[in-house]
Amino acid sequence: MMQDWANWALDTAKSRGATYADVRVMDIRQRDISTKNGEVGMLAESESLGIGIRVVASGAWGFASTDRLTRQGIDACAAEAVSIAKASALAKRENVKLAPEQAYVDTWQNPFLKDPFRIPVERQIDLLLAADKAMRAVKGVTLAEGSMSFHKIDQLFVSSIGSSIHQIKMISGAGIVATAFAGTDIQKRSYPNSFGGQHALQGYELVEALDLVGNAPRVGEEAVALHSAAQCPEGTSTIILGSSQLGLQIHESIGHPIELDRVLGMEANFAGMSFLTLEKLRKLKYGSDIVNVVADARLEHGPGLGTFAYDDEGVPAQCTPIITNGLFTGYLSNRETASAIGENRSNGTMRTESWNRLPIIRMTNISINPGSWKYDDLIADTDDAILMETNRSWSIDDRRYHFQFSTEIGWEIKGGKRTRMIKNPSYSGITTEFWNSCDAICSRDYWTLWGTPNCGKGQPMQTMGTGHGASPARFRNIKVGVAFAK
Amino acid sequence: MSPRKKKSTAPKGARFTASDLERIAERILKFSEADATEVDVDAGSDALTRFANNTIHQNVAEQTLTISVRAVVDGRTARATTNKTDEESLRRTVSTAMSLAKNQPKNPDLLPMLGRQKYQKVSRFFAPTAATTPQDRARAVTRVCKMAEKAKQTAAGIFSTGYSQMISANSKGLFARHDETDAEFSITILEENSSGWAKANSADVRAIDPDELAESASKKSADSREPRELAAGHYTAILSPSAVLDMVGFLFYDFAATSVEDKRSCLIGRMGKKLFGDNITIWDDAYHALQSGPPYDGEGVPRQKVLLVDKGVPKNLVYSRATAKKMKAKPTGHGFSLPNEYGEAPMNLVFAGGDKSVDDMIRSTERGVLVTRLWYIREVDPYEKILTGMTRDGTFLVENGRVAGGIRNFRFNQSIIEALANVEMLGPAVRAAGEESFEMVVPAMKVRNFHFSEVTKF
Repeated sequence: MMQDWANWALDTAKSRGATYADVRVMDIRQRDISTKNGEVGMLAESESLGIGIRVVASGAWGFASTDRLTRQGIDACAAEAVSIAKASALAKRENVKLAPEQAYVDTWQNPFLKDPFRIPVERQIDLLLAADKAMRAVKGVTLAEGSMSFHKIDQLFVSSIGSSIHQIKMISGAGIVATAFAGTDIQKRSYPNSFGGQHALQGYELVEALDLVGNAPRVGEEAVALHSAAQCPEGTSTIILGSSQLGLQIHESIGHPIELDRVLGMEANFAGMSFLTLEKLRKLKYGSDIVNVVADARLEHGPGLGTFAYDDEGVPAQCTPIITNGLFTGYLSNRETASAIGENRSNGTMRTESWNRLPIIRMTNISINPGSWKYDDLIADTDDAILMETNRSWSIDDRRYHFQFSTEIGWEIKGGKRTRMIKNPSYSGITTEFWNSCDAICSRDYWTLWGTPNCGKGQPMQTMGTGHGASPARFRNIKVGVAFAK
Repeated sequence: MSPRKKKSTAPKGARFTASDLERIAERILKFSEADATEVDVDAGSDALTRFANNTIHQNVAEQTLTISVRAVVDGRTARATTNKTDEESLRRTVSTAMSLAKNQPKNPDLLPMLGRQKYQKVSRFFAPTAATTPQDRARAVTRVCKMAEKAKQTAAGIFSTGYSQMISANSKGLFARHDETDAEFSITILEENSSGWAKANSADVRAIDPDELAESASKKSADSREPRELAAGHYTAILSPSAVLDMVGFLFYDFAATSVEDKRSCLIGRMGKKLFGDNITIWDDAYHALQSGPPYDGEGVPRQKVLLVDKGVPKNLVYSRATAKKMKAKPTGHGFSLPNEYGEAPMNLVFAGGDKSVDDMIRSTERGVLVTRLWYIREVDPYEKILTGMTRDGTFLVENGRVAGGIRNFRFNQSIIEALANVEMLGPAVRAAGEESFEMVVPAMKVRNFHFSEVTKF
């Protein structure tokens, strides 16, 4: 039926005057489970099926969506999309121009071993409750939480240039958190990452490989130990970032500023703009010579949340060099913005949260290439530094220049050894100064493709999953401790 | 289900009447074999016109329907949701909710579903908002883009309108219905090295004046040209209602009884003690004329007006039914739909406000910072409630009682508790719209000793 619905939409859009149209039919299934202090918190499943129709008519864009999947409902939706495009033309400055793209007819599904929706829910709950129990067994843990989420997205893209692309994505995620309240202080530790754990285009095998139960005691112990740890000092220091924190650093200070819609002012009212104005392409020294970053949506990069075969504009997945030996070399584009800056092709980053949202430029997998350092050698090579792990808060200005991050835990590095624990670690800086201060990156053995499931952008707001491969890295002369400065 | 008398407010051409939605709920309640069943049916129609670079670049509309079923089986509960209305899908949704419910440990805190309730009337559906067309929005956007072009400025923003129809019913006889509309206009006006911003949100589109908002944003952009760099430090801050909203939005979860029970609230050990200034009084009041949302919570409990802070002293928390039972209190009508792990939260904050204008605040300030908008606020310390974030789109130096020009944007690291203890002046409470919090009724504030910790490059 998906193909019929999409064809009806295309036919109606064209007959109403659309000069270009693309259609996404998406069938999304989701399961969410959470536990808290020995009890089940959230336990829910949802499904959502609908169609989104994007058109160019009178030289302007229109988009309408519906879950009324009858011939009448789809015709009305397509007609509304065209009517909206004609209304957009009232404030048009020039006609929409799209970079050329070929038509593709294809089917793709990400590989996975175990369908999480076929795993009995009681088994999933039991696993979370076992981890919960192990965290609460640690004296001083006042709150234990665990969560799992699973998505299956079955989508068909059809466009008026002749594409018909069927993709199925299976996404899994899980994590645990121990919180310890004592006196006037709340400290927490998360595993394997904060804000929901690790997420990837995988099946239930991802959850099993995390060993939530085995890691739970350490997570609880560290949350409690933070209460007696030393406060992060204020001043300038060398820092070493753990790989998940570096992943978020990439997300905020590389991933967002390279979005070409931000650069061209299209997000100015909400998400903001970018310091990476067009004249900086292939001119700006973004980072030190060892910093190499790619935007890679291809499966060979890994099962990241930004992995797919085609974007939601029908452009094949690509690998784009973003920073090459420290030089800024690429933006994230779509067909419209690629055309606007004179590129001959989109690099395939149009993505939509659901059938009822317009695709917009989103990060795919924005990853830093591994360096050559062994982790122990990096620590041994560092005389005086703070090692920071697992994000606790993140904030960056609307042009992605000035940032401040804090992490859940830190350790002092003295004389090449990890010594005492540090609480409330934080650091801040200016994006390009920060990346130019990078002097060591760990090797592929320490590289993880992290999933960030909660990236917000667009109006109406869309939440998207993005991938960020990173290994621990060292940065010199970084401002630390400012978040708690009086 | 019992007969309904409330007249349908679905606009002409709407996909569903209230009766359509009721029938969906009735069908589910009739065939469900769960011990108890709750059905929420929400239908919505939303449209948003987005502009940038003085032209419309995105223009979207959506029609949505969600049917959410909570089943109780042998003291266990779970939820399943669909947007499909055919018999097979509805039956599958009930069956999924029951199956999820069965396959979990018994929940000792689960209470029986609530029976029939009486709700206070709120009128939040405005036909002109629901009837707004893409052409209406495009005309307003065209006008403000032309204004910007004439002033050699660049406009970006959104104009959205929509409506929602909600029904909640359960097998114990509870029935609740709420219809409301929503309109929003937000605009950023940009120049080469400055910007200004304004935003308004109302259930009634006629209460929003795009031209006036555009003029305000335009003036802020013009007035902040060639911003100078001011050293970071502690300054008197004059915060717009939007800036206040986005900060206090981080405080409301702390008033949830579950948050206190979970030991993650900043109010642990602080209830009944002086925490903020004498001039800070806060209610949660879903019935306030400037508020939005239904008069009942996620379980159908009628919302109550709750005094949260009285003259600087935190007085009351809000409670869901289960949390109230656990903590020997009465439910206040602030619970979320079950099952959930967060319990409840006050979603309709109303500050008492004051009688000073922003101009009064500026005139009385020897040296300070006037803030239009805050951005990317995140919690740094959950107990001291230190927040970090940036200023944006119109930040000004105030000197000797006058605005002395634009300044580069600051990062702040500031405890919201300390800030609310240092409020020197308050404006009248207004319905404010920001980015980090949903709309609430808050005033502009003049706050002494506000910590702007670093400066950015623009």
